[in-house]
This record gives sequence, C-alpha cells and structure tokens, in this order.
Amino acid sequence: MPAKTKGPDEKETDVKKEKEVEEIEAVTIRFAGDSGDGVQLTGGQFTTATAMAGNDLSTLPDFPAEIRAPVGTLPGVSGFQIHFSSRDVLTPGDEPEVLVAFNPAALKANIKDLVKGGTVIVNVDSFTAQNFKKAGIAENPLKDGSLDAYKVIQVPMTMLTGKALEDLGMSATQVSRCKNFFALGIMYWAYGRTLDATLGWIKNKFKKVPMIVEANTRALHAGHAFAETTEVFQHTYHVKKAPIAPGKYRNITGNEATALGLVAAQQLSGHQLFYSTYPITPASDVLHALAKLKSFGVKTVQAEDELAGVGMAIGASFGGLLAVTGTSGPGLALKAEAIGLAVMTELPLVIINVQRGGPSTGLPTKTEQSDLLQALYGRNGECPVGVVAPATPGECFTAIIKACRLAMKYRTPVIFLSDGYLGNGSEPWRLPDVDMLPKFDISHEPGASPDEFQPYKRDPVTLARPWVLPGTPGYEHRIGGLEKQENTGNVNYEPDNHEKMCRIRAEKIERMTADIPKLSILGEPKGKVLVVGWGSTYGAITTAVKQAQEEGQSVSAIHLRYISPMPSDLGDILKNYERVLIPEMNLGQLSLLIRARYLVDAVGLHKVKGQPFKVSEIREKITALIVGKE
Amino acid sequence: MTDRTFPTPNTPPALKRKDFVSDQMVRWCPGCGDFAILAQVQKTLPTLGIPKEKIVFISGIGCSSRFPYYMDTYGFHTIHGRAPTFATGLKCARPDLQVWVVTGDGDGLSIGGNHLMHALRRNIDINILLFNNRIYGLTKGQYSPTSHRGKVSKSSPAGSIDRPIFPLRTALAAEATFVARAVDSDVVHLASILERAAKHKGTSFVEIYQNCIVFNDGVFEDVESRATRDDFALKLEHGKPMIYGKDRDRGIRMKDGITPEIVTFKPENPPKDLLVHNENAGAEFAYMLTHLEPPEFPTPVGVFRSVEEATYNDLLDAQIESAKKPGANDLSKLIAGAENWEVAK
Repeated sequence: MPAKTKGPDEKETDVKKEKEVEEIEAVTIRFAGDSGDGVQLTGGQFTTATAMAGNDLSTLPDFPAEIRAPVGTLPGVSGFQIHFSSRDVLTPGDEPEVLVAFNPAALKANIKDLVKGGTVIVNVDSFTAQNFKKAGIAENPLKDGSLDAYKVIQVPMTMLTGKALEDLGMSATQVSRCKNFFALGIMYWAYGRTLDATLGWIKNKFKKVPMIVEANTRALHAGHAFAETTEVFQHTYHVKKAPIAPGKYRNITGNEATALGLVAAQQLSGHQLFYSTYPITPASDVLHALAKLKSFGVKTVQAEDELAGVGMAIGASFGGLLAVTGTSGPGLALKAEAIGLAVMTELPLVIINVQRGGPSTGLPTKTEQSDLLQALYGRNGECPVGVVAPATPGECFTAIIKACRLAMKYRTPVIFLSDGYLGNGSEPWRLPDVDMLPKFDISHEPGASPDEFQPYKRDPVTLARPWVLPGTPGYEHRIGGLEKQENTGNVNYEPDNHEKMCRIRAEKIERMTADIPKLSILGEPKGKVLVVGWGSTYGAITTAVKQAQEEGQSVSAIHLRYISPMPSDLGDILKNYERVLIPEMNLGQLSLLIRARYLVDAVGLHKVKGQPFKVSEIREKITALIVGKE
Repeated sequence: MTDRTFPTPNTPPALKRKDFVSDQMVRWCPGCGDFAILAQVQKTLPTLGIPKEKIVFISGIGCSSRFPYYMDTYGFHTIHGRAPTFATGLKCARPDLQVWVVTGDGDGLSIGGNHLMHALRRNIDINILLFNNRIYGLTKGQYSPTSHRGKVSKSSPAGSIDRPIFPLRTALAAEATFVARAVDSDVVHLASILERAAKHKGTSFVEIYQNCIVFNDGVFEDVESRATRDDFALKLEHGKPMIYGKDRDRGIRMKDGITPEIVTFKPENPPKDLLVHNENAGAEFAYMLTHLEPPEFPTPVGVFRSVEEATYNDLLDAQIESAKKPGANDLSKLIAGAENWEVAK
C-alpha cells in the first residue's frame, strides 16, 4: 500500500481513475488491536485467503497474557503478523511493511517495528482523548508529526461500519464488533483476495445468529467497496503465486499438526491414544484439538494438575496405550519426578513441551527455547530421555509421530520440544498421504515362558525391555521407582548393579541414533562458517544463510531435529568449518552442549525477548564472523 | 486401531491365598500392622472370582507402599503421593482391570492430598486402601498430617501444633461414593470391608487403622486390643441401630435431632429412638458419624457410606462409544481439515 497514497486531509477528486495493480514479491502485514477486537480472527481469515491465492506464507500471532486486559491499554494489545511471498517463505517476516492498528494503544505498541516508509492504517474513530489516556499517549500521534516517517491512512472504520449496518437495529457495541471485517475487506481489496472463503466461514460460524451473519457480511463488503471507490487507496498489490510443490495444502499451526500427528501415531501403532494433561499456555490447543476426536477413539483426560497429567499417562502406558502428556516449561518442571519414574520403569511416554519465556511463570504467551537443558537434565539422578525438536509448524506432524515411535520402540520417555512460535504460528502444509507413513512394529510379547520371564531382560539391539501388559496370564510382575536388578527387575541396591543400570539406561538412548537420520547440510560441506540451529529457529536461519550464500559468503547450515541422542555425523560436520555459530532463543544452551561434547569453540547468538529471530539479526552475525570482526 | 483383548480361561481355576503371595521377602518391621492387612487382602482376593492377571496394585511411597511387591499380581510402586494418578490413568486405559491403590496417611493426605481428593470426586472405579498409623514410619518417626495436636515426635519435640486431617472427612467432602473404616487387628471385620470395597463400583475408600509398632505403638490401642475393642468400636451395620459395648448396652441417638449422644440401656431392652445406620444416605449423615470419636464416643468402624453413581471411566468410554459413527474416523479427512486447496503442477 506504500508510496502513492494521498494524505487523509486531501479532498477526494470527483474523477474515479482506474486503479493500478503493482507487482510486489513479498509483504509483511501486522494486524493489531485490543484483544477483544478480533485481531486473531482477522489474521486467520487473511491467512486462509492468502494461502488460497497461492502465496507461500508464515504467520505469528502475538497474544497478551491477559484474557481481557482493560480495553484500550497497552497490555491489552493483541497482534497477528503474516509474511507472504511469491517465493519460499520460512519466517513471519522481520519487520512489517503494513500495520493495521485498531486503536491508539495498538499503534503505540507496534509502530516501532514498522519499516520506515511503511504504511499504517488506523481506525481513526478510536483516536479519542479518552483512548489516548488509556494508552498513556500525551498528544494525538496522527497530528503531532510522530508518524511523519510513515504513510498514514486514516479510516473511520467504526463510523463506516455503523452506516453499513444502520438498519439492522444493532447496538453500538455490536456494530463495533464488526469493524474487523470492515478492515479485512479493505485488505482483501488491497491484495486482490476474493471474499468467498471468508463469506462462507461467516455463514457457517454464526449460522445460529442470522443477524450476525448479515452484519459481518455487510461489513466485509463495505470495507472492500470503500477501498475500491475512495481515493485513499490508489493501488492494489499483486503477489504472484509462489512456486510451491504440487499437491493438496491446508494452513496449519504447530499445535494442530502435533494433535494430528498423535492421531496418526495412534493409527500407525495400533495403540489407542491417551492424552492426559493440565491446561497451560501455549500448549492447551493440543488438548482442545484431541478432546474433539472421540470418534477416533482418542481418550483425553483433563487432570487436576501437571503431576497428575503425567502420572495418568504413565498409568495408561503401563496398561499398553500410546500415552502422551503435554505442557509448557513450568509444567515440565512439575512433571520431572514422574518422568524419572518412566525412565526407571522403562515405559514409553511422550511429553510435549510447547516452550514459553521463563523462568517461573515468565512470559506465558511468548516464545523461547530455554527449556532445552531442563528437557535433557532437569531431573534427579542420571535420567536420560530422548529429545525431539520440530523445526516448523507443519513438521510438528512428522516429528511427533517420530517421538511416539522412538518412545514405544525403546520403551522410554521422549520429550518433544515445540515452542510458542511453532505452536501458534502457521504455514501452508502439504497434506501427507497417511497410507504411505510407515507402521510401527510394537510387540507386547514376553519373549519367554512364564517361568523364565524376566521383566528387564533386554532386546540385544535396542536394549528395550519387554512391554508385557497387565491382563497377560502367567506374567504377573511388579515394577517401580526403586533401582532394578539387571534382567530380573527386582529391587536391588548393590553398587555395581546400580552403576551398570545407569549405564544401560544411557546406552539405550544412544542406541536410538540408529533410528535418527543423518544431517543434511545447506551449502558446502566445508567452509568458513557453519550455522547450527535447533527447533523453531529453522526459518530465520535458513533464510539468512540462503541470502548470505547468494551474496557469495562461505556459510552453511545444519539443523538439529534430535538433540538426545545427537545425530551420529554431527561431530564430523562441525570439524569442517572454521567457525561455528549457534543462534538460539536462550542464553546458550545448545552451545554449552556442543562445546562440551565436541570441544568446538562455538559462538552463540542469543535472544530472549519472547520473539523469534529476525533474519537480519542472524545475517549480521554471519557477516561479522566471516569478515573476522568476531 | 486394534483393541487388544485378554482371554480369560473358560473355567478359571479356583485361586487360593498362596496364589497371591509373591516370591519377595516381606520387609516390614516384625509386628507391623501391615502384615495383617496383607494377609487379609491375599485371603479376600481369591473369593472375588477375578483372574489374578486382571488385578493391579499401585502404591506411592512409604511403608505401606511396599505392598505391591508382596502381591503376586501386576503391580506398580510409583512416586510419593501420586498413586491415584497412575491408577486413574490405568483404569481409564484398561477398564477390564481391577485396580487397587495402597497408600498411607503421609502419602495420601500430605504430599498426595490433591490426587486423593480428585480421584474420589471423579468416582473412578478403583479401590483405595489408606493405612493410617498417624506417623511417618519410613522416614523414621516424624508426625504426620493425621497425628493429633501435641504429638511428640522427632520433628515435633515440643508437641505437634498442626491440626490433624481426618481421612474419612476428606473423602466425604470429595463426595466419595464408598467410605469405610477398618482396623488391622480385627481381621474378620477387615476382610468383610475389603470385600465390600472390591465389589463397589466407583472409588472405594477404606481407612485402615494400622499400628506402627516402632514409632507410634498403641495409638489405636482401644480399638486394636481384643480385650477392649468391643467397648470402644462401634460397628456400623446398614439398617441396624447403632449399638456397641461388650454387653451391647450402649447406643447412639440424636439429641435435639442434630447432636449425637450416648445412651446406656439394658441389652434386652434397647430404646426405640437409637440412630439407625443408613449407608445410602447423603454424605452429611456419614460426615456426622466421622465426628464420633474418642474419648467421648466410640470409634465407628464399617461402611459409612455406599451409594451408586456413574464412574468416570464408564462415562469416558460412553462418550467415545457415542461418538463412533461410520466415516467419523477417517484420518485423511481429518488431516485435510475444513479448508484446503490444490496446487497444480
């Protein structure tokens, strides 16, 4: 929407010109408003329409921690960012070029992120003295010159929405709730989106209240018509379709993909899914998704607390189900003791941790990768578990299936480290062919006659113990948290046995390496800089490294999807580069591991702001390393 | 998805007590009340007609929680206070199993109070045995949440200043559907309560007074001792007047309709207005009975409350059953979602 817009105070001319269509490669848009303004809904609808238009995209919602902070205040501002392009998109965009602000607080909270020269669309009706006060603004920013670096488009959204709905007999509050559809209509016009999908959605969503269907439909059309006919908007923008691999696509968040992956794992393993958990942001959506899937036989239990969530899952695993619990950082801390029990009793268990900013309650709605060391070491005793980390929202699907497979095959807890960015962020996702996914081969055979049965007699290859289920006649046995005698599983406190068992449990996790793919290197197998990432930093790292490579810099990247155990070829790859750079959204947790394990003088790039990396931040660091400034 | 089924022999062989005795040496202190409880459980289970592979004992941490190791059934010795959670998960996963929880006053009411309360209010179909010895035994003698105020122990040399918690009141406050009390040394009565608990559908909660011979010996002496228990224990029997005493010459009746009092009488001529026990009454009636306690009153033992309500595990399965429709479990359709689009070659 940049460039050729007129200032709002200029008078419209009477002559309607044919509006131009400008081709652009990519754009990043942020919607911001009160958490009651329907910002997430607006963003979600815009995302669907954009995906259907064939662009590649990535999104990032940014919620306040409060459900309804006081209206008009800074803590109440909710945001939704979308980056779409005619090229491959891996991040939600460093800085928005367009900001849609529904009130002064949203403007104040977000304007600093907007690129200089970017466009701001505001609902001018909300720019009142009262709202300035709520947002802690002294002067009207539309008049004090503070927005001179931007193109400002003032739209009286509340008033125009009201006009469009005036004969419906709705209250002012009800009318005001429809203005997000008015804004959406403007944006649909500006980016050449069709209204069909959203019209269909409105019809379905509000089918019980025909007046709301009518009101939102009118608001959407009115916004679209307003943009088309007024001089304020002179251009529409066209982003060509991205060269996306053919196939059927949907938009998906990481939490949705995780839930779907669990249902797929249920089918592939032939083991009923049991998901017991305690609600916690930002992981609860996995529970919400699974709770609806009773027709698939999925059993969900909302436990009384985090400890019960994991305890129930372990009980279900003992009973032979595919048992999973979900949480975020503080909850993982509470589950630690029970995870240790699952390590000691060698029962399959998957723990989903959708990480958020910590420590303590921290930043409940913001993203961070600071639970890596907690996942690896945050338990008493020598307590190794598998750790799997998906790289993108869509990848959560395959990664959680893999976590389930490893847990069941090796009879061990596996921690799945998603984060707020992956969980709530979305991307277009090519639908997998579920019939092509490999089935799990999980046995409950005791492997011996009842007289010779030993609950801790291991498979020589995987070191997994037999998963013999209650109800199997003749194989009654007891397990528990006390140290086990090798093979028999009887309680045993002997020094040599304890050390041996500790080493066996560690070795079992190392043996999973056989089931972990080797790393693929983005770029040359040798060079100046290797960027090593894990988890949700994938998009920013990959984009930054590709850009650097296009400029001829000697930089490559690898991405760890498995952190325990680590891929077998990691050590050799690290040796082939002069410098190793590890960007992560913590203060250096993977760096610590890599430095300790491989004796590599890795350089860290650390960020704990509750926001994902910008591409530019990683690029700058790569350049600094290449030119030898660091 | 496959539903695993576990074949039950057509004519299950009659089980005996020894079938439930594991090969592990029992490691409680000589004279511990736990031995008597173990023996009664091992005697009672064969009478239930349930194959032993279908029985699971789950415990937390504490002296009582070693229980599963001594039972030749499936068993799980878990972590401190959390046994009800593992049991809940297992019963939800495998409703075909009979699940027992063995816990103590510290495990069940201190570190695990929350889980106990929630298992009871959910009415999951499990049986909870809480061994109450009013002391921490395994950690060698600190006062417990059920120790009475003034209890001198290693951690309360000047006497405990904690107000005690009462297991049955806790259970009733959580609207437990089966609440009972028994005493370790009165084995015949204990066995009858265990059988009732096993047969109750829903969460059965049994407080068992258990003597800790090392750290709290004699705390329940009046109801433990063969010589005195008839005078100090009031055996609750459904539909019968509350009469106790070796000579059956004392009873309970309500003064002013709301306050219980003791009345003495000639055994052959009990008063007509004695309180009649009703297991099926509301929780408030049983709650009132839990306030009968020494020294003023006898200690009631038996089933305080037994009512039928839907169990959590049945409701969970019913929701899943009713959701099953042809085509409602199409994974490809689920994955495709409501909105999707085709990208052409």
